[in-house]
Amino acid sequence: MTQIEESIKGWGRLKEKGHINDGMDLSAVKPLNKSSLAMRIILLFLSVLTIYALFTIDYKSIDVPKAFADTISNFKTIFLHPYSHRFSLWEAFYEVVVTIGLAFLTTLFGAVIALLFGLLAAQNLAPKQVTNMIKAFVAFIRAVPTILWVLIFAVAAGLGSAAAVIGMTFHSVSYLTKAYSESFEDLDRNVLEALTASGANWWQIVFQAVIPSSATYLLSWTFLRFEINFANAVAMGAAAGAAGIGFDLFMASEFYFDLREIGLITYLILAFAIALETISLRMKGRLHKRT
Amino acid sequence: MQADIFAKRRNESLIFFTLLAILTVGSIIITQYDVLKGFTSIAKALIWGCTNFYPDAGSMQKLADILPKLWETVLMSIASTTVAAVFAILLALAGSRTTRMNSLFSVISRGIASLFRNIPLVAWAMVLMLAFSQSPLTGYLALFFGSFGFLARAFMETIDEVSNNAVEALQAAGASYFHIIFQAVLPSSMPQMISWLLYMIDTNIRDATLVGILTGTGIGFSFDLFYKRLDYHAASLVVLLVVITVIVIESISNYVRRVIL
Repeated sequence: MTQIEESIKGWGRLKEKGHINDGMDLSAVKPLNKSSLAMRIILLFLSVLTIYALFTIDYKSIDVPKAFADTISNFKTIFLHPYSHRFSLWEAFYEVVVTIGLAFLTTLFGAVIALLFGLLAAQNLAPKQVTNMIKAFVAFIRAVPTILWVLIFAVAAGLGSAAAVIGMTFHSVSYLTKAYSESFEDLDRNVLEALTASGANWWQIVFQAVIPSSATYLLSWTFLRFEINFANAVAMGAAAGAAGIGFDLFMASEFYFDLREIGLITYLILAFAIALETISLRMKGRLHKRT
Repeated sequence: MQADIFAKRRNESLIFFTLLAILTVGSIIITQYDVLKGFTSIAKALIWGCTNFYPDAGSMQKLADILPKLWETVLMSIASTTVAAVFAILLALAGSRTTRMNSLFSVISRGIASLFRNIPLVAWAMVLMLAFSQSPLTGYLALFFGSFGFLARAFMETIDEVSNNAVEALQAAGASYFHIIFQAVLPSSMPQMISWLLYMIDTNIRDATLVGILTGTGIGFSFDLFYKRLDYHAASLVVLLVVITVIVIESISNYVRRVIL
């Protein structure tokens, strides 16, 4: 209240002095609260860092306009003339299916582990110390980039699908644990109380009430993660030598410099990614409908 | 009746788990995933990690090489996200249902956003590297294109969700298109947009590691060098620094989110 009164007073003073101009009295009327101040500070901070970054980039080593022109002509070749000498469309398609298989295994393992962690991280199902411990553990897992998990496991398991799946599972666990535990926390308190009062033990509560009533949301979240894992599996194929279309993409650009092959591969990945995106948008609609 | 419900439920879960089992076995076969090796490697990796993967005194001397690379990576991630956000707002305004000029424009904008979002980061990095080679600009642009698609879609959803009522009220009062955008749409969706921006910065720092490994720039390149030289102590120092950076930035964004949302 006082803030509004002050700004009204300020406005009055401005009027008396005859300083009226549109921009000024708007800023005088609008109270500057903590939230809009924080937004201004963060935007200012980010713009300053961005400008500093753009001025300090090392441009000397390359001819920037030429590189941009080259990139545009490269993209023209990629998108207008997709073709491959090394493999047929069918073989490329099979490689995408391998990538999907990697994403599926990762999502499955992640979901199984996250189901347990999610139960332990839900505040209405587990004691506070346990939920805090799980949350800290999950935050640490998320802070390490996926590629680093995969490469760390590659030392023990060798480069390949085993290291890729195990490494990618870590991030899926952290993402799904958060999503699952929030779904569990939304559960009606009365149901839990009724079951506890009638003498059901923890496992009975979990399997008869918690999981059945949140199954739709669990499935939707799992599918959203599957979409992310597909993109991750492509990246791991390229950067960590896991099988699948990502590895072919890496070979096409690093070893064969074959733009037309990159084009074919990109189109295939795009087709699958857009199909997955369409389904997951529908899943998201289902999540939003819940009130 | 009740028996029917239980039987139906049992049948449904039976079908679900059978399907899941078939898909799992199928995936294991085509990816040539070695189940036994996969699970034993977790224990092996843990033992190896405890005995080899920690920073020692020698790796601390490399701190002087690593820190500038880390700073460069953080700066690149922030710059690419912020610049991408500016372009993404324009595309989102053109594509959102409440602020679009006409439906054809909207469909085209949504198509562009989807295209940029779904082309994998790896493909951007690899193609850009052909022309830009090992310059920091490669990583910057790859992150820029990836963030642009993601943010454009996120902003479109935000504008759709947040600003319906205010826009209708202003339209009824006869406000012009630009008045509606600057007085209603942008202010009401700004907190959510900043939240997405902060999320993208922290994702980009992690993705910068991947792009760095592929294109030889930033902190990813440092990690790759130490990793390939089998200098695991220094590599673990890089991982530790990335973890600290990400956690610090995540805590800042969580704090900002609590204040603005």
